[in-house]
Amino acid sequence: MSASTITITGANGDEIQAYRARPDGDQRRGGLVLIHHMPGYDRWSKEVARRFAVDGFDVLMPNLHYREAPGADADDAAAATRAAGGVPDERLLGDVAGALEHLRSLPTSNGNVAVLGHCSGGRQSVLVACNLDVQGAVDCYGAFVVNDTPPQMDVRMTSLEDQLPNLRCPLLGIFGNEDSYPSPEHVDLLAKILDANGKDYEFHRYDGAGHGFFATDRPAYRQQQAEDAYRHIGRFFERVLGA
Amino acid sequence: MCTYTTEFAEITGSGKGKDGWFALNTATVYYDHPVHAQAAHTLNIDFGDGRPGNRVAVELTAASARELMAAIDRALSSVPADLLT
Repeated sequence: MSASTITITGANGDEIQAYRARPDGDQRRGGLVLIHHMPGYDRWSKEVARRFAVDGFDVLMPNLHYREAPGADADDAAAATRAAGGVPDERLLGDVAGALEHLRSLPTSNGNVAVLGHCSGGRQSVLVACNLDVQGAVDCYGAFVVNDTPPQMDVRMTSLEDQLPNLRCPLLGIFGNEDSYPSPEHVDLLAKILDANGKDYEFHRYDGAGHGFFATDRPAYRQQQAEDAYRHIGRFFERVLGA
Repeated sequence: MCTYTTEFAEITGSGKGKDGWFALNTATVYYDHPVHAQAAHTLNIDFGDGRPGNRVAVELTAASARELMAAIDRALSSVPADLLT
C-alpha cells in the first residue's frame, strides 16, 4: 500500500489537493472517493483512506477546503471554510467528478467507483449518487438529506428530497440512534422516500451510538458499532465494486 | 450533531498565533464538535484577521465558556469607566 498527496482537477478546472491511497500490485480493482467530514481533510480522514486501500481499493479523497486556505492545517482550513459559509453543492460535485475521472484513469481501475462520506460528507455522498456516475454510495450519518438546515444556521444545506428520485446507484446508510442530525425520525423519512421511489438501499442503525461514532480520535467513537458497520461496508463494496 | 451555526463579531485587538503576534479584526463563534478538546461539543472561538487559516483558536465546554463570559464581565466591571476606551 502506498499513500501520497497529489493534485487533481476539480470544479471549474481548479487544481486542488487530494490524498490518494492505493494497494500494491497491478491487479484490477474498484475505486473509492472518500468525502471528508466537516472538520476537514484531517489525520483521521487520511487514516480512513488508508484503511480502505488496505481492503483492496484505490482511494482518493479531495481536499474540499483547499481553495479557502491552501497549505493551511486541516483544522484552520475547515474554520476558514466554515466562516465562508461551507462547501457549495455545485463545487462539491465538480471536485468529486474530478476525483472519479482520476480514479477511472488509473491502470488498475476496473471502472467501478463508489463514494463514501461521513457527517456533512454523508449528505454529499447522497448528492453525488443523485448526480454523478458512481456504482454505489455510503452515507455515514449525513444530516440534512431530507430536511433543510434551520434558518439560524449560517452554513446552508438544503434537503435533497427533490433529488432522491434521481438516485442512480445502491445506497448504504449507517446511522447512530442517539444522533439528533440525522435523528431516527429523519432516517425513517429517508427510508420512506427511498421506498416510495423504488430505490435499492440498505440501512444499519445502531443503539448506543450518536453522531460521529466512526471517529477514533473523538469521544463519540463506538468501537463495536463501528466495526460492525465496517463489515457491512465491506460486503457492500464487494457487491458494487467487484472485479 | 454538527450545528453549522456561526456568529461573527468585529473586534479590535491582537492575538498571538503560531507565527507570533498579529492584529485581530474578527471573532468567529460557534458551538460544534471540537478538534482537540475531549468533549462531544464545545463553544469554539476563532480570533482572526481575515487571512484564511490564520487564527488563534480556543475550544471550551459550554460551562467553561459561560465562566469565561462571567470572568470577562467581572474584569471589565472592576475598572473605572474612564479606562474603558
